Amino acid sequence: SSQALWLVLPQNYPLYIRSVPTENELKFHYTVHTSLDVVDEKISAMGKALVDQRELYLGLLYPTEDYKVYGYVTNSKVKFVMVVDSSNTALRDNEIRSMFRKLHNSYTDIMCNPFYNPGDRIHSRAFDTMVNSMMMQVC
Amino acid sequence: MEGVTLSEAEQRYYCDLFSYCDTESTKKVASNGRVLELFRAAQLPNDVVMQIMELCGATRLGYFGRSQFYIALKLVAVAQSGLPLRVESLNTVKDLPLPRFVVSKNEQESRHTTLYSSDADNPASYSGVIPPPPPGRIQVKKGSVSHDAVQQRTSTDQQESTSPVVSPQQSPPTSPHSWRKHNRHPSGGNNERPVAGSAPFWPPFSEVQPGSSTSSDPIWSGHSPPPHQENWVSFADTPPTSALLAMHPASVQDQTTVRTVASATTANEIRRQSSSYDDPWKITDEQRQYYVNQFKTIQPDLNGFIPGSAAKEFFTKSKLPILELSHIWELSDFDKDGALTLDEFCAAFHLVVARKNGYDLPEKLPESLMPKLIDLEDSTVGEQTGEVGYSGSPAEAPPSKSPSMPSLNQTWPELNQSSEDTAIVHPVPIRMTPSKIHMQEMELKRTGSDHANPTSPLLVKPSDLPEENKMSSSVKFTAGNTVTDGYSSSDSYTSDPEQIGNAVTRQRSHSGTSPDNTAPPPPPPRPHASHSRSSSLDMNRSFSVTPGQQQAGVVAYPPAVPPRPQPSQSAGPHVHRSVDADGLIAHTSTSPQQIPEQPNFADFSQFEAFAVSGVNKEEDDEIETHSEALQVEKPSDSASSLRVAKADGRVEDKAPANVPSSAGKGTTPLAPPPKPIRRRLKSEDELRPEAEEHTQKTGVIAAVLASQPSIPRSVGKDKKAIQASIRRNKETNTVLARLNSELQQQLKDVLEERISLEVQLEQLRPFSHL
Repeated sequence: SSQALWLVLPQNYPLYIRSVPTENELKFHYTVHTSLDVVDEKISAMGKALVDQRELYLGLLYPTEDYKVYGYVTNSKVKFVMVVDSSNTALRDNEIRSMFRKLHNSYTDIMCNPFYNPGDRIHSRAFDTMVNSMMMQVC
Repeated sequence: MEGVTLSEAEQRYYCDLFSYCDTESTKKVASNGRVLELFRAAQLPNDVVMQIMELCGATRLGYFGRSQFYIALKLVAVAQSGLPLRVESLNTVKDLPLPRFVVSKNEQESRHTTLYSSDADNPASYSGVIPPPPPGRIQVKKGSVSHDAVQQRTSTDQQESTSPVVSPQQSPPTSPHSWRKHNRHPSGGNNERPVAGSAPFWPPFSEVQPGSSTSSDPIWSGHSPPPHQENWVSFADTPPTSALLAMHPASVQDQTTVRTVASATTANEIRRQSSSYDDPWKITDEQRQYYVNQFKTIQPDLNGFIPGSAAKEFFTKSKLPILELSHIWELSDFDKDGALTLDEFCAAFHLVVARKNGYDLPEKLPESLMPKLIDLEDSTVGEQTGEVGYSGSPAEAPPSKSPSMPSLNQTWPELNQSSEDTAIVHPVPIRMTPSKIHMQEMELKRTGSDHANPTSPLLVKPSDLPEENKMSSSVKFTAGNTVTDGYSSSDSYTSDPEQIGNAVTRQRSHSGTSPDNTAPPPPPPRPHASHSRSSSLDMNRSFSVTPGQQQAGVVAYPPAVPPRPQPSQSAGPHVHRSVDADGLIAHTSTSPQQIPEQPNFADFSQFEAFAVSGVNKEEDDEIETHSEALQVEKPSDSASSLRVAKADGRVEDKAPANVPSSAGKGTTPLAPPPKPIRRRLKSEDELRPEAEEHTQKTGVIAAVLASQPSIPRSVGKDKKAIQASIRRNKETNTVLARLNSELQQQLKDVLEERISLEVQLEQLRPFSHL
């Protein structure tokens, strides 16, 4: 099955893009880009709501005929968008949440790296490894 | 598949091979690829190989699981030893030599196997193999093994390493050599043997190198052979096991010619294998010292952190690309806190040095570089599967200054300690909380009880500690006794008012507050630990001091606010103690039997009355006793002098000791919260026996003092006594007032500390669940 993971900055500038498998990447790009609007919508809807761990997870943004898109936003408004195959029915919400949590932790670790300038593309090998293993799990 | 029993050497060997073949770290090995190469290397006829594969079940699954792989390897060994391939033979054949995989690419394997077979219980030798691909590295490693060689190499290395080596890095990692492994490896207990075993490998490497030095740095290739030869020679001198040497050179020589250009796979395998038994990333002593010195230039405190920005600047000087530095940081910042501890810094520095010298960075932090708490000697083979670094990088021997690469196990405990300390930095402060809470509870109880009904706490509840019961009971029942009596006899209790007061106070608060008090962690927050300051507790004195303390306690009480942090509590207890002591003293003074039962409450009120009303005849006596007690409690000499002045000749020695200790106690609020409490507990225990003594003494003294109450009645005699007592009481008042102010100050300080800590806690809280 296929899936993609995007990390996007608040200005909707991509930090990290990962698709498995790599074909149909363009379709993923398009899907994620449109889903960013949905994410923004949800964020603004939250408004004054407490930015809590649970609320960071935006849930299923919208299901297309082929894919399900999940969103997650961090305290610093960095958005994580994950696209998974609809055929992957084994994926439950909790799993998605845990995956986002792991992503968030890894992202935090990257931020701790003084050699990383916030806003740069993420080239961390550890992050790649983690994302790879996560995507393998899903497939 | 039936289970396979493997010897230890076999286990290790198979594990290495498995991880070598397990390129994707999926714990299963495809039938083709490296496994195929491996089996071909076994030099068995193809049909035998097919048979083996069938037997181990791989064909059914399409891949080799770990167990299947092990079975296959064992079957290979069986086949190689000429035995028929049977499943039963797996477990029945004993002393099976390790499977030999002889192929040019698998030189190392074969060497390993030979080593294994020759020295089955010395896996260290197995790890002696060094990745051929970077011959330069190998050479370096070899040099590192032998002291002479290293020095020679170092000189040559230094000559050529000017360019690759960055200026700050003077001590390149000689450690990333498998030699260390030998030393490290605990097996066989014979480090020399592995070293010897590895020695033979050198010549082939050196021979091979010219041939395969296409990828190696020309400098290195040029330099390597001579030092290698030398190294090897010197090396050969040392090893004790000539047999190994003889065997190895033979086998090695054979493969030398066959050896093709070092393949990355074998290099990887070797690296992997080597890493499993010995860590090429180990830091030598010299290197470590260098790193530590560099650390100090940034952060003088070796237990402190280097902030990320400082580390960034420092490592940017090495002129490595930012991406690599970023990766190095990822690897070395073990706790992901954005700062480098000494261990992390050394690891990062080591990686930078390695990278500068051409070693590729590992995917994961090598075990030897981890700031571990436990010295893991047997790293799992699979750890280094992702490493691609060694191969392909220009072979440069890091200019190693370290003459030897001994096992640095001893350094690891230090590292571990420090890393442990640094890693555990955060949880440390938590310890204070429970005791603090306890102290607060106690304080609350005390304050509440004192304010509301001093006697009630005493009466309410038996203290948790059975020992305290006596004290508490004694305190409790004070109320019942007449204060005067108590006071009269309080003279005898000048000693250690504080201690007793503490003990008593604790008990009171303990009993008064709630059952919960007793339930929670026994050691620290026990109110019993009333006065820890005074090492020697004189119960009598404490009792005698009680009245005076009570008074002080009364005075100090009103300002105390319930949830007191420990320091304030510690201060509070003093007050309480004094109060309690007073009460106790009052008890004892009243009657020996009643002493333990007299609650402070009674004395309390009496004191208040005394303070308010002025001098009473009876009160004078009380005042006397109280003042004595109070003075004893106070960290002033007047108390001692007063005590001395006492006709009773109580044991005053302790009082001054107690007084300063009590003062000191209050001033060490948060330092080790449990300790003062424990001491108080101890002192309380001591107090109890002393209390008993006191009671006895009190009895005696009471008898003596009993005469005193009669004094007021006889005006003539009393006048002088009264005047003296008035004077004393006044002095006591001043002393108590001073004490009060001091305690108030302590209370404020402690409160401020508490507030600051709470603020910090609040700041940290948002990150708690990320």
